[in-house]
Amino acid sequence: MKLKTALTSVALAGTIAAVSTPAMARDTISIVGSSTVYPFATVVAERFGTKTEYSTPKLESTGSGGGMKLFCQGIGTQHPDITNASRRMKTSEYDLCQKNGVTDITEFRIGSDGIVIASSQEAQNLDITLETLFLALGKKVPNPDNEKELIENPYEKWSDIDSSLPNVAIRVMGPPPTSGTRDSFNELALQGGCEDLPAVADMSEDDMEAVCQSVREDGAFIEAGENDNLIVQKLIDDDSLYGVFGYSFLEENSDRLQAATLNGVVPTVEAIAADEYPVARSLFFYVKKAHIGVIPGIKGYIEEFVSPAAMGRNGYLKSVGLIVPPREALMDLQDKAANMPNLQKSELL
Amino acid sequence: MTDQLSQAELVRKSLKRRYRKERRFRAYGIAAIAIALSALVVLFADIVGKGATGFMKTTLDLQVELDGEMMYLDDATDERQLKMADFVEPLVQALLKEIPSATESDRDAVADLINPYASVTLRDALKENPEWLNTTRSMSFLAHTDVDVYVKHAGDDAYSIKLSQQQQRWVDQLVEKGIVETSFNDTFFKNGDSRDPSKAGILGAIIGSLLTMIVTLALSFPIGVAAAIYLEEFAPQNKLTDFIEVNINNLAAVPSIIFGLLGLAVFINLFGMPRSVPVVGGLVLTLMTLPTIIISSRAAIKSVPPSIREAAEGIGASKMQVVLHHVLPLAMPGMLTGSIIGMAQALGETAPLLLIGMVAFIVDVPEGFFDSATVLPVQVFLWAGSPELAFIERASAAIMVLLAFLIGMNALAIWLRKRLERRW
Repeated sequence: MKLKTALTSVALAGTIAAVSTPAMARDTISIVGSSTVYPFATVVAERFGTKTEYSTPKLESTGSGGGMKLFCQGIGTQHPDITNASRRMKTSEYDLCQKNGVTDITEFRIGSDGIVIASSQEAQNLDITLETLFLALGKKVPNPDNEKELIENPYEKWSDIDSSLPNVAIRVMGPPPTSGTRDSFNELALQGGCEDLPAVADMSEDDMEAVCQSVREDGAFIEAGENDNLIVQKLIDDDSLYGVFGYSFLEENSDRLQAATLNGVVPTVEAIAADEYPVARSLFFYVKKAHIGVIPGIKGYIEEFVSPAAMGRNGYLKSVGLIVPPREALMDLQDKAANMPNLQKSELL
Repeated sequence: MTDQLSQAELVRKSLKRRYRKERRFRAYGIAAIAIALSALVVLFADIVGKGATGFMKTTLDLQVELDGEMMYLDDATDERQLKMADFVEPLVQALLKEIPSATESDRDAVADLINPYASVTLRDALKENPEWLNTTRSMSFLAHTDVDVYVKHAGDDAYSIKLSQQQQRWVDQLVEKGIVETSFNDTFFKNGDSRDPSKAGILGAIIGSLLTMIVTLALSFPIGVAAAIYLEEFAPQNKLTDFIEVNINNLAAVPSIIFGLLGLAVFINLFGMPRSVPVVGGLVLTLMTLPTIIISSRAAIKSVPPSIREAAEGIGASKMQVVLHHVLPLAMPGMLTGSIIGMAQALGETAPLLLIGMVAFIVDVPEGFFDSATVLPVQVFLWAGSPELAFIERASAAIMVLLAFLIGMNALAIWLRKRLERRW
């Protein structure tokens, strides 16, 4: 008998779960997109949730491309309202959006993210091109005697590459492959210094990426785990060590660390914000205008994001590591949040 | 005779070697167990060692002067004023009073010791008790995460780099005075996720797991048992049922991420169900656990002796009566065990949930089957990927909670089996 009651109750629970009115209308903002923007957007979302009567937006870290795909799938509460991206929307993605009825989109460029190569202030600072950086850290590099041939990286000291560089062993500490910082480092710094080499000129794009984004595994590049603080600590203790991390950590420790000049540009807030520094990229988010007014709070979330409290000179996003836009750009963002202009395809070309 | 003697001699000679072989064989077995156990011990020691501090929180016990003028607030019932009021200043002033060596110029460094969400706690307290305005209250606030990490790992340099030398001295003083205190981390069990490790909790994930599991159990158990009964008791033996059987076994071996893809394509894209909700998660996990339940239920039905069926049929019971009155009750312990083990597997699953949007930053604790939610293993995954030091211990603490649930479910399976099992 006990069994029967147990069975009935389980069946009952099943029916209840199945029939309970599907509340398809959503009252939580749904945000998808880049894992680089995720740490900034989550902080804004949480502040917005505690400050206002709206519920805290839900954030999924799907990567920039994955986010665009979800975002452009259509209008309706089952589709996300906002997507974050660590690059600009591609025209193909814009076309996909248009095709699926997502015609009115507003773009917000929220700041930048720069990666630096730093060392202790006692160490000899590097002033190198991206090509030199690739020669120092790439797994396979062109043979010095035959630039068309790729060989295992033979360089042991910086001075082996160029006699003007420090006469110390190449040892660079950086984030592990799981980290977004490492992704951008591979993409922007290493590939940036490699894609124009004659040895990879004839390769297909995939082969070129495989060569250019492979880091040497003979101990010259030391993976340090996701804790950037640890890298900072090690650099201070060791004069011949160089470290790769986000710009914000350099700024926090600017009294003890110095940054390498890449392609002749010193990483400063201005150079990164203006995209002059080669290992920098802009961060964006895109808003689906058709959902404003349908999902409560979208406008409020945008206003919170572009408020001086968040993105100002002393804003809380700065303390999480965002390179905030200069004041005029912030004013433009505020105007954008008020007017919500449509993104035009011509802007993306 | 001589032949036989030498035979006995031979046996005696080889005896030693055979004993040795026997001992070696046993030693291999013991070594295998030792390796497995030591792996388990290392794993548990690592998790407990890292996670034990996750169950502790660091608070600041302060005498807060709720001066209306300082806070720009003269009526704590006025929503508009509450929005604009400054709830940080009273906290900073209270803390400054406790650190005699700190001057007004150190206020930023002092403010950095307080949790950024402490002001929200103060606001909510005032909202609930408007009469507290212009009084002095003794209240407890969360300390900043950096302070939390520093206090818990006192003496370890790797954990103190976030605080300046001066801040470290202040914290040491405050600990001595009993203002900075560590206690049981009830916040961890009361809150949803947060980007601030001190404020982050697993209640949201626990409720999310619970809702998902209810849907999974409510769907997979009846369907699985019904399918098993039909296949074992009623279905004719032919090519079609063979084909079905082979496919159920195949389905049990399909990687779980495939079920996630299926869920995305069918439930979300085709049926237009919302992303990140426990109903869809439960449906996907149902598909995943169904084969396990069907297979174990069939095995349980098979193990019921035929004599029982025959006896029942012999006294005139119909096929349905045989199944419902005799076979099912006897097979139930096996079915329940199989289902609970299937559920425990589903509880630890993240991969299929990734695709249906349940791997997400969700702060609010879900209240129903259609609210956005995550589950426990996802919470572990999200925290383990966060750069903040303090999230490492939170992740390990969440693993311990998850393990406690799994052990609980397995214990329930054993208890049910012991209780309902009938021997003959």
